[in-house]
Amino acid sequence: MEEHVSGTPAPASRFSFLLQAPLPRSYTNFIGRKFFLFFLTIQGIGAFALITMGVMVRKLRTARSVTMPLAFQELARSGVRLVPMFVFVSLVLGLVVIGETVSWASKVGATRFLGPVMVLVVVRELGPLVTALLVLSRSGTANVIELGTARALGEVEALEALGIDPVHYLVVPRVIGMAVGIFALAVYFIIGSLVSGYLWAFLQNVPLRPGDYFNQLAQSLTWLDFATLALKSAFFGVAIAVITCYHGLAQPLRLDEISRATVRAVAQSVVACVLIDALFIILYLAV
Amino acid sequence: MEQPTSHSAPAVIEMTGVAVGSLRDLQDLVLEDVNWTVRKGDFWAVGGMHGSGKSDLLFMTAGLTPPQAGCYRLFDFEMPIFEGELLKERLRIGLVFEDGHLLHNLTVRENIALPFRYHKHADWHELEKRVNALLELTELMHRADVTAINLGRNLQKRAGLARALALQPEVLLLDNPLGGVDLRELNWWMNILQQLSTGKGIMEGRPVTLVVTAEDLRPWRERASRFAFLQNKRFFEVGGARELEHHTEALVRELLAEGTTKN
Repeated sequence: MEEHVSGTPAPASRFSFLLQAPLPRSYTNFIGRKFFLFFLTIQGIGAFALITMGVMVRKLRTARSVTMPLAFQELARSGVRLVPMFVFVSLVLGLVVIGETVSWASKVGATRFLGPVMVLVVVRELGPLVTALLVLSRSGTANVIELGTARALGEVEALEALGIDPVHYLVVPRVIGMAVGIFALAVYFIIGSLVSGYLWAFLQNVPLRPGDYFNQLAQSLTWLDFATLALKSAFFGVAIAVITCYHGLAQPLRLDEISRATVRAVAQSVVACVLIDALFIILYLAV
Repeated sequence: MEQPTSHSAPAVIEMTGVAVGSLRDLQDLVLEDVNWTVRKGDFWAVGGMHGSGKSDLLFMTAGLTPPQAGCYRLFDFEMPIFEGELLKERLRIGLVFEDGHLLHNLTVRENIALPFRYHKHADWHELEKRVNALLELTELMHRADVTAINLGRNLQKRAGLARALALQPEVLLLDNPLGGVDLRELNWWMNILQQLSTGKGIMEGRPVTLVVTAEDLRPWRERASRFAFLQNKRFFEVGGARELEHHTEALVRELLAEGTTKN
């Protein structure tokens, strides 16, 4: 062993035994359990998603007079009622993006990039993702609590006793409502951010006329941006609805377990949205 | 007293060697080797102490859970039936939960209308007529537009009965309908079940086959025509009211509140 001047082992090798030592069994067990739980969760959510899609297709024409009002109800909750909050947040996002960009771009005389930056940041990335996360916080959590309570109070069994498929009655309307709601809100959110972006640029005396700004935006947008926006926001909606409904419905819950199920559902929904976003970036770059 | 149904009446429920799993965990068997035949027009009272598996037996009978072993035939169709063409056969059986289990965010009227709206393509007028008839039958008209969660326990049970009757079932299963009710409510239930059993004045004059579970068989000894009890994961058929009165099993005496507890 290399000796230090004082006779003690050199710092680099002093702790090398830690790397060579076997991990305590409890740690490996812990990590192993976490991995198993992770894969079991993915399997459970995947199966639940497939069941939901299957029911959606098979029962497309079943009891529409019951399920369509529920889908509109969900659309109102995950869309229309959130518009005021989204107007406010879109104004703030426009300020943040344009404020930062202007302070940087005006130093190098690159204000002609304001439009492309807004498209890149707001339309492709932040718009759909922020929309999804806000809807998750407002409606996704409500889903878990509502369905968890319904499950704990035996309402799911009541539906089954009446020959009503709980997935058809409780999940499908939420998936449809949330997918459409997130898409619509993302569009409003993006429009709000783009408009407020210009307002903030105007207030900062950036020499840019509205026509030039919107021309920059139009030139930066491609058909792929519209397709990605629609698909991505719909995917976010489906993922959030499926995950939150899964945690509320898929296993028997007691009332005291609902809070933990809600936390799990939110965490997993955030991870799912980020993964979907990353997947779309890869696809976008590949195309 | 109800007369035992003739053995020539067709069987509506037939169980042979059936094992019943708990609703929370199907692998956890609460009853084994159940051999039970319910004939059309029967009025069964199934007694058992708390936790003996009465609710799980009814849930399995209603088709919520599959039998874990053995053969269960409902109207001569093998169960379980969860969906598809045969679902309409399963809907010939109705289930009333102990606490009603109404959908808490719907009103009483919406709860009662739900099965009808989901399964039948009836116009609004017919739906209104049917729901109003059930509200009147269960004396809930004055609470029709109250959200279920704001309804008292007794009225929730009545609304649960009205909802179960919406599809006009031929067999009605009632999970401990007298659990926690006062004497006035007890009389109400006795009268309504008597009417259902005989078909007098309701259900278009068609008698309904009834199965109730109970932790106290006393109120049923004059009403039900057939009796059974659950003990040690087994289903024991007693017979008619006469056999019930002379049954020597300690649990039966307890269910009739004739005190056999030994210290």
